[in-house]
Amino acid sequence: MGRERVFNAAMLLALLAVPLFAWGLDEPFIITLATKVAILALAGVGLNIALGLGGLVSLGHAAFFGIGGYAMGILASHAQNYEPLFSWPFLFEGSNQMPLIWLVAVLASAAAALVIGALSLRTSGVYFIMITLAFGQMLYYFAISWSAYGGEDGLSIWVRNEMPGLNTLDPIQFFAVTFVILCLTLWFAARLAQSAFGLALSAARQSQERVETVGLTPFKLRLMAFVISGAITGLAGALFADLNRFVSPTMLSWHTSGEIMIFVILGGVGRLYGPLVGAAVYILLEHLLGGISEYWQIFLGLLLLGMVLFARGGLIGALLGREVAHD
Amino acid sequence: MSLILILEQVLNGLQFGVMLFLMAAGLTLVFGVMGLINLAHGALYMVGAFAAAAVAGWTGSFVLALMASLAAAAAAGALVEVTVIRRLYDRDHLDQVLATFALILIFSEGTRWLFGSFPLFLDVPSYLSGPVMLPGGIQYPLYRLAIIVIGLVVGAGLFWLIARTRIGVQIRAGEADREMIAALGVDISKLYTLVFALGAALAGLAGALVGAIQSVQVGMGEPVLILAFVVIVIGGIGSIKGALVGALLVGLTDTLGGVFLPRLFSIVMEPAAAASVGASLASMLIYILMAAVLLVRPSGLFGGSA
Repeated sequence: MGRERVFNAAMLLALLAVPLFAWGLDEPFIITLATKVAILALAGVGLNIALGLGGLVSLGHAAFFGIGGYAMGILASHAQNYEPLFSWPFLFEGSNQMPLIWLVAVLASAAAALVIGALSLRTSGVYFIMITLAFGQMLYYFAISWSAYGGEDGLSIWVRNEMPGLNTLDPIQFFAVTFVILCLTLWFAARLAQSAFGLALSAARQSQERVETVGLTPFKLRLMAFVISGAITGLAGALFADLNRFVSPTMLSWHTSGEIMIFVILGGVGRLYGPLVGAAVYILLEHLLGGISEYWQIFLGLLLLGMVLFARGGLIGALLGREVAHD
Repeated sequence: MSLILILEQVLNGLQFGVMLFLMAAGLTLVFGVMGLINLAHGALYMVGAFAAAAVAGWTGSFVLALMASLAAAAAAGALVEVTVIRRLYDRDHLDQVLATFALILIFSEGTRWLFGSFPLFLDVPSYLSGPVMLPGGIQYPLYRLAIIVIGLVVGAGLFWLIARTRIGVQIRAGEADREMIAALGVDISKLYTLVFALGAALAGLAGALVGAIQSVQVGMGEPVLILAFVVIVIGGIGSIKGALVGALLVGLTDTLGGVFLPRLFSIVMEPAAAASVGASLASMLIYILMAAVLLVRPSGLFGGSA
């Protein structure tokens, strides 16, 4: 446990140091890569609450990632064209202010997670996996056929959205925003895991009957976890869209769900910092192998396969030993 | 909208449903017998289509192409089962999802490396092209009719295999109690390889048949895979009968919804808005159907306790 803490702190420091160093060397591309790692790690931290803590294997988290992305895209495109989203029953205008966009992204993805979770959690095991996958695809096809917001081509935003007091067009300042959000969310996830709710949720994963016997309802615990998980992944989606200044149905595709899951697994399921390690390794591989071969995903596939077959517990598990500490 | 149009669309839905059944049958068999969730099933569909396109390109024979699709997909399935899948049977579903997702990456990129990114084309043979006159004055493409017939024949063969043959008895026994049939002297690992290869061959055949209507390209298996998941969730995982009913339901709902929903909306809306709302809703229709089925029966229409 002590070793894992040191390791976690080192990871976080590395994520901070690399872009600062790149800033000094005037290498904006590396800062952007680090920003991508921070955002994707955030999406993974969200999924890890459902997957690691709740034991809910959701293969549909792209839905929330994409809803967050579209929340940003829709609000910003309306602000860009000076057209209100709707004027009845009250006037609702577009916005290019990040805090408002984040709020909308979190609320929208939480609402979607509530509906999808309430339906999917009626089932369990393999049904749950397939149903979350299917709901994700439903939104994917909806986005493709929704021509008002770009359909298959997606939505481009010309200028990155604004954050009061900062210049978000400066890569290092935008990185700082994402880094702070990631740190706050990691802190929140750590507190959540130790709270009464988190302990009950963990218990429900380990033994449904015992949790029921003490008078708790596993369904409610899981639904709550699914909603929190979806909301965090939605926030990551809004940031990711802002990073690229672009949102498209690809964010909703099931490959995205698979990738978010890969971040969590590469790092180690249930490890607080697993998603950060996983996202960092994934982006590094994409960058390094992608430079060597166009077909780098073959190597990613082989690595993942080897990981699942021979190194259960992920990279952190391989480095620090098997015990999973939920702190 | 005429009766002929409706009947034509029902046939299209049937054709789509039959294809989905070929996909879903393998998935549901593998889940029922081995308890494995296989995301790479769509990759085997793709392997079948590419093998068919390659063989058709060399020999010009469509029959040989179909045989090649069966053989290549079965061989790929058996290979994957022996090297990877076998190690996953007693793992949890999360490991199975990840490992088979990894297989998709390997298969897709490997195929792209071998055949390139451009789609291949598999031509419908001359003796199956052109329309045919059905009773009632409906003109319908002969090839699509042939797909329906091939699908139904293969489906009937599968039911016969499961219900009437020695292998079928072993498969059903394997679903019920795998330790017991191993104890009775059935070579369980050989049986598993066989079931997996059988499911793969069906997926490969579906890929080749559909490949002649659409184009043969990397990633073609994934939309179908997800629809096949919807099918077996609706039908009940592990049930072949459920897969058949679910496949026809999904095929008909998707086809008819796509054609008729925009027209339905155009009664109350202006045409452009109706077309876009109708298309959006139609693309979600089968998922709404699935949610509705699950609300009533959480383990599918023909599912026991999975």
